Amino acid sequence: MPSAVTQSNPTESPAQQMDIVSDADVVRVRQAVRTLALKAALSIVDQTKIVTAASELARNTLIHGGGGSAQLELVHERERAGVRATFIDSGPGIADIERAMAGGNSTAGGLGLGLSGSRRLVDSFDLKTAAGGTRVTVIKWKR
Amino acid sequence: MSDRVPIIKIGELLLVSIQVDLSDETTVALQEDLSNRIVDTGAHGVIIDISALEIVDSFVGRMLATIASMSRVLDAETVVVGMRPAVAITLAELGLTLGGVRTALNAEKAFDMLRQSARFTPSGDDDAAVAVTGGFDAVGRDAE
Repeated sequence: MPSAVTQSNPTESPAQQMDIVSDADVVRVRQAVRTLALKAALSIVDQTKIVTAASELARNTLIHGGGGSAQLELVHERERAGVRATFIDSGPGIADIERAMAGGNSTAGGLGLGLSGSRRLVDSFDLKTAAGGTRVTVIKWKR
Repeated sequence: MSDRVPIIKIGELLLVSIQVDLSDETTVALQEDLSNRIVDTGAHGVIIDISALEIVDSFVGRMLATIASMSRVLDAETVVVGMRPAVAITLAELGLTLGGVRTALNAEKAFDMLRQSARFTPSGDDDAAVAVTGGFDAVGRDAE
């Protein structure tokens, strides 16, 4: 059993690593996030929000990042549980973050809501992007 | 192999009940299948039941909007039914407005809605005559 990286909480589950290289992987990531959201006992609305955000971000990883991976885990902070999902690709990065985050700016024929929309759906959103790749980490906490 | 969503013809209506976790590929296939079926059958109404969908993300949302406008061009009205409350809340927060997409709480209400529009007139129904004068165009345009 790999130990949790930073947190000392004994109930911390090991991060689940999933490849995102096909359309079907996006569906699998979505389902895995739902399973974690259930474990964290998120409300139906919060489950729906984190799964939807994960769907958007996994698709970004696949389409814009040229594929990559997701790291999913149950996290705890004091008394509350949450779901953390990290999406990593080694694609070209996001050239204009401000535009990408503003929404309504699609570069893939979509609605351009992937990044801006998913940020609104989660409690914590961390984006790191450079020419060598993009890493987005989101967290949804149980209320 | 990707899943295929079945499209069922009932009179002048096409009924689509999405029971799978939609991949993007399946979503695009449904859009194409549905436009072909509308043309092949001359259907004037499409009911899409999404009550089994646990999420509607921007890709599926875009598909619904595209089907709605595509079907309108092909002389059919689309009604999306059964959206879960959590999905509706999430869609609104995501920023998807689904402009131009007609919705109803369930398939039965959608059926009534389509029946009232002039283009869909099931036989043996007195309401149909009234509906014709009601005008389909007004219904079709109110989304704009």
